[in-house]
This record gives sequence, structure tokens and C-alpha cells, in this order.
Amino acid sequence: MSPAGLVPVAGAVLLAPLFLGIIHRTKALFAGRSGPPLFQIYFDAIKLLRKGCVYSGATSWVFRLAPIVAPAAALTAFLLLPQGGFPALVSFPGDFVLFVFLLGTARFLTVLAALDTGSSFEGMGASREAAFSALAEPALLLCLAVAVRESGHLSLSGLVGSVTGAEWQRAGPALALTAVSLLAILLAENARIPVDDPNTHLELTMIHEVMVLDHGGPDLGFILWGQALKLWVMGALVVGMFLPGRTGSPWLDGAVFLAGMLALAVVIGTVESTIARLRMTRVPQFLVGAGAFAVMALALVMR
Amino acid sequence: MHTLLDTLIVLLVFTNLRLLGLSRINASIRTVAAQGVLLGLVAAIANADHLSPRIVLIAVVGIAVKGVAFPLLLFRALRAVKIRSEVEPFVGYIPSVLAGVAAFLISLAVAARLPLPVRPPSDLLVPTALSTLFVGLLLIVSRKKALSQALGFLVFENGIYAFGVGIAYEAPTMIELGILLDVFVAVFVMGIIVFHIAREFDSIDTTRLASLKE
Repeated sequence: MSPAGLVPVAGAVLLAPLFLGIIHRTKALFAGRSGPPLFQIYFDAIKLLRKGCVYSGATSWVFRLAPIVAPAAALTAFLLLPQGGFPALVSFPGDFVLFVFLLGTARFLTVLAALDTGSSFEGMGASREAAFSALAEPALLLCLAVAVRESGHLSLSGLVGSVTGAEWQRAGPALALTAVSLLAILLAENARIPVDDPNTHLELTMIHEVMVLDHGGPDLGFILWGQALKLWVMGALVVGMFLPGRTGSPWLDGAVFLAGMLALAVVIGTVESTIARLRMTRVPQFLVGAGAFAVMALALVMR
Repeated sequence: MHTLLDTLIVLLVFTNLRLLGLSRINASIRTVAAQGVLLGLVAAIANADHLSPRIVLIAVVGIAVKGVAFPLLLFRALRAVKIRSEVEPFVGYIPSVLAGVAAFLISLAVAARLPLPVRPPSDLLVPTALSTLFVGLLLIVSRKKALSQALGFLVFENGIYAFGVGIAYEAPTMIELGILLDVFVAVFVMGIIVFHIAREFDSIDTTRLASLKE
């Protein structure tokens, strides 16, 4: 553990909402709008934090727990993930399973909180979230298994950043399959198009948005921030795993990493602008496809 | 160059999975066309070390027939029968995709044990050819529309072609081109038959052909 390890965590906490802002700006550019300010999420979060909380009499402590645990779990996941040239604060063999577990915990509590409200809408969203994540999570673990096999490391510190240009030359197809699969999982897990539209409030098609309908004030602020953190942590995983180029200087690598994150935000914004949301019945097919890619990549590297 | 070949082969596997998950027939025809073009490129690149007019001929004729002629014939048949998608295949799309992945894994295991006269240019070529054969068979037995089954037949043939190009400098040209000609005639005839079935019975759903027997 070193104090330098705190830099990426602090950076992620501060920059995560900006990542969403860049996605929104890309989408606005595609649509020909000027779009919200880049820092809109910060403004929203600050506004919400100054408000008071309103809780329904039907809810219990579970409902109040979710908005705290969701960002906390994402934040803990950051401790395991090296970003740029900076090492992770905590690292041990097999910590990638803990990483997936933390993301799963955040989701589990969000689902429980949605069920806790007793609203039929929220139950619908919770059921969808649970069903789709049951398909996305094995695919994520398979992708990580490919990386473990490729790098020979059992911890995220080892397997993130181990991919170099030479590695891409040697196992390019398998890595490309994993990258596509991981990108699809990122879109699904973070409720982005083509799985879920973060902007829609049409009750029949919402997944994530419908689960947080009853949260308000600081709780909603924390949920927004937690969402941004989760998007950042998964984005950092994708960028860290597949972006070659390690110079050795942490600051230079950090700059490369930030450039990769910026590119990823633009890619997500482009995907969201050019692809329509899938019909609900096609979503499992999309996720099974992502899983199939991961299995194929694993078969290719295990050969 | 080895990576390029592997990338093309993985793209071939991708077209297989895409075919298993697609319901729209026009998109399926385009995917089969893309598969044909990929196969032609694989044929050329796999034998780039000893490139002869023969190999170039096999690749060019392959691309022309599979990438251009077949899609044109099938699109013409599709226009004639006025259907747009496969409805309720015997095996659903998600199980089909999973079966495709399983076929690929089994092919990897089988190909590792398969004694071959020559070493193929890429370790992935034989497993991919085998899994393409499986996918073609699966499409033939699991789809209801006659056109989808014709596509399955084409994919099956693509598998044989893929198997052939791996050892193309060993196999006689006449056989390769003869197979291509056979398939060309078969697709031509299938297009006409599909058209006639559709005109007589207003449907190309093969399950309904069973009720003809009395």
C-alpha cells in the first residue's frame, strides 16, 4: 500500500461524473443539440445533496441502505483496480472475484431496495435487472478468466495492464473477442443503450431508472454518483485491460489512461447515438452473444 | 500475416454465430455472402506462401459465386416469396447460438485429434471448418422456411470449402471447382423450387408440406 495509490482513487471519484458528461455531450453532438454542460452531473449531485430526504412509510432500512452501499461498493472496487501506471491499493491472488462480487453486491442491494418499496413498477425493474445480470455476470467472469489465462496473473493488478502490443499481435483475435464482449457487458451493466435507455421514463421499458424512482434528495444524489462510479470502474477495467503502451512513468501512463477513458466515453456516446435500444425480448440474446464471444475467446487462449 | 489469417477465421466463426441468432432472412443472406467473401480471402491468404494461379482461381471463383451470385439468386427468390423472417424455428435463437458455441468447442477438441495429411496454415482452420459444417446442419434441421434451409445448405458447403482451402495446394482444382459448380446448380434449382412452392401453396413453411401426403 502506498500513498501514490490514492491518486487514481481520488481522480476516479472526482472525474467519474465528468465521464458521463462526455457521453452526454457526444450524444448531443450527434443529435445536433448543444447538450447539457459537461459538469451537469456535479450540479445535479450538489443540488440533490442540499435537499432533505422523504421516505415512504412502507419502506424499511433496506431502502435506506442501498444508496449508501452502491457507491461504497464501487469505491471499494477501485481499491483493487490499478489505473494508468498507478498500482492498486489492495491486491491479492483472486481479487478479481471480489471485484465482481462488489459490483454484484451493489446491484443486489439496489434490487432489494426496489422490491422494498412495494411498488409494482419497481418490482418489474428489479426482476429485469436480476434476470439480465444473471446473464451478464458469467460473461464478465469469463472475460476475466481469458485475461487471467493470457497474463498468467491471478490478481487484477497483474492482469490489468499486462496486454502489450506484442500480445495483441500474438493473440489478437481472442483479445478482440474479449474486448467486444466486455464492452457489451459494460453497456448492459450500466443500463446504457442498447440494453436500457438511461433517458427514458417510459415505465414499460425502463430497467435501472425504474428501480430508483422512489429515492430522493441526498439518496438520489448518491445513486447518481454511484452509477457514475460504476461506469468509470468498468470503463477503467476495459481500458486498462486492452490499451497497450506502458511507458513506466506513472504520470505518462496516467495520461494515456485518461486519453483511453475519453475515447471510451466517445465510443459509448457513439454507440448510443447510432444504435436503437433492443426490444426487451432481444436483450437476453445480446447478453448470450456476449457470453458466447467470451467462451470462444477462452477456447482460443486455452488451446 | 498469421494474425490476419486468424482474425479472418474468427470472423468466420462470428458469421456462423450471427446466422444462428438471426431471424431476418435478408440479413441472413447478407451474412452468408460475407462468409463467402471471407472464405475466398482465407483461401488466398492461407496459401500465400505458394500462391499459384490455381489458388487465385479457387479464391476468385469462390468469392464471385458465394459472395455475389448466390446472394443475387437468393434475394430474387426472397422477393418472389414475399416473406421477411423465419418465424418460430424448431430450435430457438438462444439455444441455437449456445449450440453453435458448443459445436466450436467440440470441433476444437476433435480437430486436435484429427490426423491430417498436411499441416493446415492455421490451427484454427480445421476446427472452424468442422464447426461450420455443424452449424450448416443445425440450420437445415432447425429452421422451417425452405429459404433458411437453403442457406443452411450453403453454410454446410462453406464448411467443406473451408476444409478444402486448408489443404488447397494438395487437392485437385477440378474437384474444388466441380463442387462449386454443383452447389451453384443446387442453389439455382432451390431458388426455382422455393418460388414454385410459394406460388402453389402461398407459403414456404416446410412443416406444412407434411400435410400433402394423403
